[in-house]
Amino acid sequence: MSLASRETEEMAVRDVINQTLDEEMERDERVFIQGIDVHGRGGTSNILKGLDEKYGRERVRNTPISEVSIVGSALGAAATGMRPVVEIMYCGFLGVAGDQLLNQVAKMRYMFGGKLDLPLVIRTKNVMGANAAAQHSQALHHWLAAIPGLKVVCTSTPEDTKGLLKAAIRSNDPIMLFEHGSVYNETGQVPVEDYTFEIGEAAVEREGEDVTVVATQAQLWNALEAAEQLGEEGISVEVVNPRTISPLDTETIAASARKTGRCVVVDDTPLSYGTQSQIAADVSEEAFFDLDFPVQRLGIPDVPTPFSPSLENEILVDTDDIVDAILTLA
Amino acid sequence: MSEQADQRVQPTDEERVEMLETMLRIREFESRMRDNFADAEIPGFLHLYIGQEAMATGVCQVLEDRDYLTSTHRGHGHCVARGLDTARMAAEIYGKETGYCNGKGGSMHIADVEAGMLGANGIVAGGVPIATGAALSSKMRGTDQVAVAFFGDGALSEGAFHESFNQAAIWDLPLIGIVENNQYGEMSGIDEQHPPSTHDDLTIYGEPYGAHREQVDGMDVEAVYDAAARAVERARHGEGPSLVECVGYRFEGHHEGDSEFYRDDGEYEHWKSKDPVETYPERLIDEGVLTADEWAAMQADVETELDEAIEFARESPMPDPQQAYEGLYVDGGDHR
Repeated sequence: MSLASRETEEMAVRDVINQTLDEEMERDERVFIQGIDVHGRGGTSNILKGLDEKYGRERVRNTPISEVSIVGSALGAAATGMRPVVEIMYCGFLGVAGDQLLNQVAKMRYMFGGKLDLPLVIRTKNVMGANAAAQHSQALHHWLAAIPGLKVVCTSTPEDTKGLLKAAIRSNDPIMLFEHGSVYNETGQVPVEDYTFEIGEAAVEREGEDVTVVATQAQLWNALEAAEQLGEEGISVEVVNPRTISPLDTETIAASARKTGRCVVVDDTPLSYGTQSQIAADVSEEAFFDLDFPVQRLGIPDVPTPFSPSLENEILVDTDDIVDAILTLA
Repeated sequence: MSEQADQRVQPTDEERVEMLETMLRIREFESRMRDNFADAEIPGFLHLYIGQEAMATGVCQVLEDRDYLTSTHRGHGHCVARGLDTARMAAEIYGKETGYCNGKGGSMHIADVEAGMLGANGIVAGGVPIATGAALSSKMRGTDQVAVAFFGDGALSEGAFHESFNQAAIWDLPLIGIVENNQYGEMSGIDEQHPPSTHDDLTIYGEPYGAHREQVDGMDVEAVYDAAARAVERARHGEGPSLVECVGYRFEGHHEGDSEFYRDDGEYEHWKSKDPVETYPERLIDEGVLTADEWAAMQADVETELDEAIEFARESPMPDPQQAYEGLYVDGGDHR
C-alpha cells in the first residue's frame, strides 16, 4: 500500500490505538471496552486516556481484577449482540483467563456448528526489555496461535496498528491482538482516511534482493534498522512483517524467501516451539529448493525473562544480532 | 438460611400440565439415550439428567423466549425444557449432520444461540461467565432480558463462579444462577467438595455478592418455579443477581457406565420416593388438574414423539468428512 498519494499524519503507536478505538466507538455504539483500570488511568499503558470522558463508564468499563470473567463475560456479550474490546494488562495474565480462552472463546463457534458470530477483540501486550521480570515480561502470541479458533494479530507500526485494530473490531471472529510495549512510542506516517488491513495478510515493509528477514513488533523495527545499516554496505535486505500470526500468510513470506534464497526469522517468543519455528517450517516446506541456506531463527533462549538489566540484555535480540545473522548468510 | 419467599408464585393449571409434559419429555428422552448408549448406538459418553427434571423445568417455565441460558455437561434437560427440538438434539448426540451443531458438538455441547440457548458446556462453571456476559449485553442494550446459568454444586468451587457473581453484583446484572445440587461432584460427595458450614445451604456462596438467595426442593417442580419466578422478576427489574439452590438427586451415574460405588445403602430408594416424574402426575390427578386418561394420552404422545426423534437421528446421514474443516471462522481462513 503506497502512502505517496494519500494524506497522512505523523503519529505514535499509542496515539493511533487511542484514536482508532475512538473512531470505532463513534462509528458503532455496540463497541465497548472493558478491563482493569481502563477508566481513569486509561489502561495499564495509559493509552485509553480520554475515552472514558467521551463515552462514559458504561462503554469504558472498569472490571474487577478477574481475568476469567473479564474474558468470559465479553464472550457472552459478543454472542448476544455487542462488540467488546477487552484489555488484558500484560500477556502473562492471559494464563489467568485460561479456560475461557482455550475452551470457550476458541471453540464456541466451531463446536456449535459454525452458527454464531463472535465479534470479540482481546487486546494485550508483549513486553521485553523493560526490566519487568518474568511474569510481566514475555511474548506469548505463539502460545495462543497454537489454539485453532483464535486469530492472532501482532501490531508493529503506526500504520498497521490502525489498519489491523479496525479490521479486528469489525471482524465477526474472535481476535487476539498483541501489541508490544517497546513500540508504543514509535512514530510513523499514518493515513488519515478510514482503512483496514486484511487479517491473514503479511506486508513487505522494505524490498530487497539478497536476504529476507521476517520480523514482528519490536524486532521489525530492529530488522529495518539492520537493513538500513547493511544497505550502506551493499547488502540488500527485504523485510517482511507477518502482521497476522494465525492464520499466517505463508504465501507472501515464502515468495520473499524464494526471491532472495536466504531467510532469517526474528521474534520475541522463545526459540523452542516459538513463532520462528512455525515460520521456518513453512518456509522450508514451501521454498526449500530455492533456498541457499537453512532458515535461521532468532529469538529468546528458552529461559523466563530475568530482571536485572545485565541478565535481560543477555537474552534479548537486538539489531546487532540481526546484522550478524544476515552476514552469516550473505 | 436462605431468604424466605415473600409470597408464593403459583403456576396456572395450564402451566402445571405443561411442566409435567416437559419433565416427562426429558425423562423419556434420557431413558432412550441411556438404553441406546448401552446398545452402542451412540458415540462418546453421556451424562444424563434423570432425576433432576424438576430443576430445568421449573426454571425454564418462567423464562421468556427472549431470555438466555447456559448449561452444563449434563445439559439435555435444559435443552428440552427450553423447547429445543428433540429430533435435532438426538441427531447431535448421534453425531449426525442434522444435529444442532452438525455433529461437531455432541452431547456436551448442544446449543441453539438463536433460541437464546448459549450452549451446554463441558467445563465445570465454564458457562457462568458467558451467562454473565449475556446479562451484561442485555443491560447495555437496554432490554429486560435475563440470563440463567445452570450449574452443579461442584461449580461453586470454581473461580469462574466467584468472578462472575462478583462482577454481576458490582454491575447489578440480571444474572440468575441455578445450583443443581444432585449430591455429587462427579463421584465425590459434598464432604469432599465444600466446608461443613455450607452443607445445609449452598446459596451461602452467594452471600458476599449480595445475591438474592433461595434454597428449594429440587424434586418439587412448583417449588423451583416459585423461586425462579421471584429471581427472574428481580433480575428484570434491575435488582441484580440471584442464586437458587435446587436440592435433588441424579438417579444415573456421573456418566453412563459409572459403577456408582459411592452411593450409600438406601440412598437411592430415599430419593426415588421423591421422583418428580412419578409424584407430580399423581398430584395433578389427585387435585383434579389432569385425568388419568389425559395422563395416559400425554405419555403416549411423548413416547411417539421421542420414538420419531430417535428414528430421525438413526436415519440422518453422518457429516461429510470435509465438514471437519468448516465452521471455524466467519471470515474464511478456516484451515491452513
